Amino acid sequence: MNELVEGIISGNTRAISKAISLVENDGPDKIELLKEIHRYVGESVIIGITGPPGAGKSSLINVLIKEYRKQGKKVGILAIDPTSPFTGGALLGDRLRMQDHSTDENVFIRSLATRGHLGGISLATSDAVKILDAAGFEIILLETVGVGQAEIEIVEASDIVLLVLVPGYGDEIQVLKAGIIEIGDIYVINKADQMDATKLKTTIEYYLELSPDKNANHRKVVLTSSLTGSGVDSLIHEINSTYNFFRKKGILNERRKTRIRKEILRILNSRILESINQTFNGRNFDSSINKILNKKIDPYTIADSIFEEMKKRSQT
Amino acid sequence: MGYLEKFLGNTRKTLLYRGIREMNKKVRILIAKPGLDGHDRGAKYIARALKDAGYEVIYTGIRQTPEAIVKTAIQEDVDFIGLSLLSGAHNELFPRVTELLKKHGAEDIIVFGGGIIPEEDIPFLKSKGIKAIFTPGTPIRDVIDFIESQKEAKNNE
Amino acid sequence: MAKENDIKKHYQNWKNHTVAKGTSRFPERKKNFKTTSGIPIDTTYFPREDPRETYLEKLSFPGTYPFTRGIQPTMYRSRLWTMRQYAGFGTAEESNKRYKYLLQQGQTGLSIAFDLPTQLGYDSDDPRSEGEVGKVGVAIDTLKDMEILLDGIPLDKVSTSMTINAPAAILLAMYILVGEKQNVPREKLRGTIQNDILKEYVARGTYIFPPKPSLRIITNIFEFCSKEMPNWNTISISGYHIREAGANAIQEIAFTMANAIEYVKSAISAGLDVDTFAGRLSFFFNAHNDLFEEVAKFRAARRVWAKIMKEKFGAKNPRSMMLRFHTQTAGSTLTAQQPDNNVIRVTIQTLAAVLGGTQSLHTNSKDEALGLPSEESVRIALRTQQIVAHESGVANTVDPLGGSYYIEYLTDEIEKRVWDYLTKIEKMGGVIKAIESGFIQKEIQDSAFEYQKEVESGERIIVGVNKFRIEEEPKDLEILKVKPEVRIKQIEKLQEVKKNRNNSAVEEKLKQLKACAENENKNLMPPIIEAVKEYATIGEICGVLREVFGEYKENIVI
Repeated sequence: MNELVEGIISGNTRAISKAISLVENDGPDKIELLKEIHRYVGESVIIGITGPPGAGKSSLINVLIKEYRKQGKKVGILAIDPTSPFTGGALLGDRLRMQDHSTDENVFIRSLATRGHLGGISLATSDAVKILDAAGFEIILLETVGVGQAEIEIVEASDIVLLVLVPGYGDEIQVLKAGIIEIGDIYVINKADQMDATKLKTTIEYYLELSPDKNANHRKVVLTSSLTGSGVDSLIHEINSTYNFFRKKGILNERRKTRIRKEILRILNSRILESINQTFNGRNFDSSINKILNKKIDPYTIADSIFEEMKKRSQT
Repeated sequence: MGYLEKFLGNTRKTLLYRGIREMNKKVRILIAKPGLDGHDRGAKYIARALKDAGYEVIYTGIRQTPEAIVKTAIQEDVDFIGLSLLSGAHNELFPRVTELLKKHGAEDIIVFGGGIIPEEDIPFLKSKGIKAIFTPGTPIRDVIDFIESQKEAKNNE
Repeated sequence: MAKENDIKKHYQNWKNHTVAKGTSRFPERKKNFKTTSGIPIDTTYFPREDPRETYLEKLSFPGTYPFTRGIQPTMYRSRLWTMRQYAGFGTAEESNKRYKYLLQQGQTGLSIAFDLPTQLGYDSDDPRSEGEVGKVGVAIDTLKDMEILLDGIPLDKVSTSMTINAPAAILLAMYILVGEKQNVPREKLRGTIQNDILKEYVARGTYIFPPKPSLRIITNIFEFCSKEMPNWNTISISGYHIREAGANAIQEIAFTMANAIEYVKSAISAGLDVDTFAGRLSFFFNAHNDLFEEVAKFRAARRVWAKIMKEKFGAKNPRSMMLRFHTQTAGSTLTAQQPDNNVIRVTIQTLAAVLGGTQSLHTNSKDEALGLPSEESVRIALRTQQIVAHESGVANTVDPLGGSYYIEYLTDEIEKRVWDYLTKIEKMGGVIKAIESGFIQKEIQDSAFEYQKEVESGERIIVGVNKFRIEEEPKDLEILKVKPEVRIKQIEKLQEVKKNRNNSAVEEKLKQLKACAENENKNLMPPIIEAVKEYATIGEICGVLREVFGEYKENIVI
């Protein structure tokens, strides 16, 4: 274990990637590892990147990496893709657009599959973020496909969120309808060589003006093109100034506190369920289910009785 | 299976969503195209079929150098690398991948290859640490059987 | 029409009674029959319309609009198709020998295969070229290699096809300069460059630059050739590789046509008159196993193209409306198992191409699923064409299958489904948008995946692969091997050239090329010819263009 921790701290690629597998697989040493590295965590800027499929998130990340590397920063990337609910398999293809950096020692790219935990992936993701953080990656980019519940949870693992949109696919309406727009701190309109980009920019800016969120007017809309790399420097500028604004206003700290609070709850949640699992191992609930089905009893009462029994057992 | 799984039956995912996660080591496979040829039909088919077989598959795209492939394999912590090449450069590029894996202390990653590979080259490639070669027309079942048997052998080590 | 109703009535009757009775004793082998592209196939076909009403509009006579039955009035009765075997491997010296052998065996045109570093604009000494030099074709670094490659081959007599895309302008420049050295002026040179970059993005993968500058290079070639090389086919718009990547017959034609439309559009918007260049556009298709569907495919393609050119682009010259095409038998149908069976597959595919009215044909060799073909297997492949041409009798009349109820049904169906795709792509904003969004790639991959699934499940039988298998002895086929020394030799030659050329002149010409590349309104051909003349390498020239144009990144959709 010490070897693994040392490996991570010294930035050894193999150690980092093995450690990420450990948290992904929920291996037996996971908790110990996370306890060990906790004191090294908290230095990175964590940037969540989300948006509808086809918005060019991966290509944008590719050019972002390039810019950050120019500044000499170490960059870690976690690209999250869905696991097929039918087969349990996953095809992870996001990194191929970032292969420009595949041999750069200071860029670490890892693809994560959601593995059917739905939102549960957020726990593995935030653990993986900690590993990259401890390994000294100054910038951590979290990429998620789509804008579902799981994405929102992943977004919560970030200090700052980029919502990537591309004009002309009718996304603007989708985004506005779904209220997804609330999750972005910076709006990136990618493939800005298209004419409709400016139109979309105006739409978003108009929407932000109407927003009840008091910080909304600090949100910026940036046009980029991951093909030519244009606009990326101003995007980085916006990231920096938003980040500084968040820090000054205490928003950053607030977010980190919320993250920790949620993390504790998630850990507890999983512990409690685990202990229910152990306590009642082997017990047959078929009769209870039938009772509920036949309206003889309701599920709350059953849950109450399980809970009471749990409490009793933990006291003895 | 614990009682809770039995109890919850199909709603297990909801439970997992709340945070319980089982020990869930998945086999991860990198499908990579070294060399310069752009014929990725086979590679993409394998990637998709292995995904359907329940593996986590990472696909790199065409024109990858052996260096990039090995680096990717290590970062992704894969168990297998499948190399696809149709240009005839396999005798140079496949061994280069196994050499680099060794250099980075990652020789436990199992390498297999596919593409237009003359039978007479296969012994040479095997001597360089390529565990299996699948030529055109190989059913996907054979590839899956290979992966499963290698996985088992690894677990029994 | 009383007559028609009569037929339909009989048909229903026949189906309900005769067929029903027959199938009760001998049920049909499958519940549903369909072509490889999924067109449903009925038990049999009958005249569904009165040919006197639609013949002239849909078919007409060979050599007349819409050219469904063929682009020349007499087709193979006057001149057989050009038998053109794609070849090239190792060094220029070795390939030169193979070309001379093929010409001696009765081949009537050259077809040059280049190695991947050449196709991607890397010199043989580039680290990315490791393992690839001379492998899938001949290695060309400078004009010097081209001089050796074509040594002793009279360029005023043979027509040469070059499978080269991203660096097509450079290879064309080399060909022009070798011609000059043989005292053959450029206006007399005959041949084709593939020059079809759009299909590289979706199927073949040997692109260098992004679409916009790539289209500029192509348009520059169109313009240059329309003025200086009247006998040169400036592009070979290729469905072949789209099909090899897994597309079905309909997709092969649809996506090729969508690409062709884009080329014509960009040439017109560059100020060229459609009839000045359209006659030099040529096509390249795949001949697959589903014989009748393939024949119908070629016929439908001719009709679609004629309509596109006449109706969409307002071409006036009938030549602009003629779909001229080269065909290659389907490499992806060759099996590594029982390779002799491939000879039979190639024979069927040859028939498809010839019955479909191809202008030239390459037949694959039986051992190509295993490696580069040997001289013997290349000869058998060529003999297959010669037997079809001279012994089978199929070349004795034009469009012998025309008027077959089944063939006309398939031709109509394919045409209809091709138009559906073209409309859809148009709605997406054109083919470049469709490529960038991954639509075309996804369509191709889905077809490929379905096909493979059918093979895996045994629903589609591939003889010797998923049925009728045998234990095979290790094959003692004589496979051609390219030795690794080729790269060393090639690098030595390259260094020699670099030592002996005028290096300051090279630098100067490259600088001029760069300036030209930066000005969108200039034609790139003249400065490329100038640089090639000074023995600038392909890597150097493409390096300059990469600097100005950038490189394309693939858009993968799986």
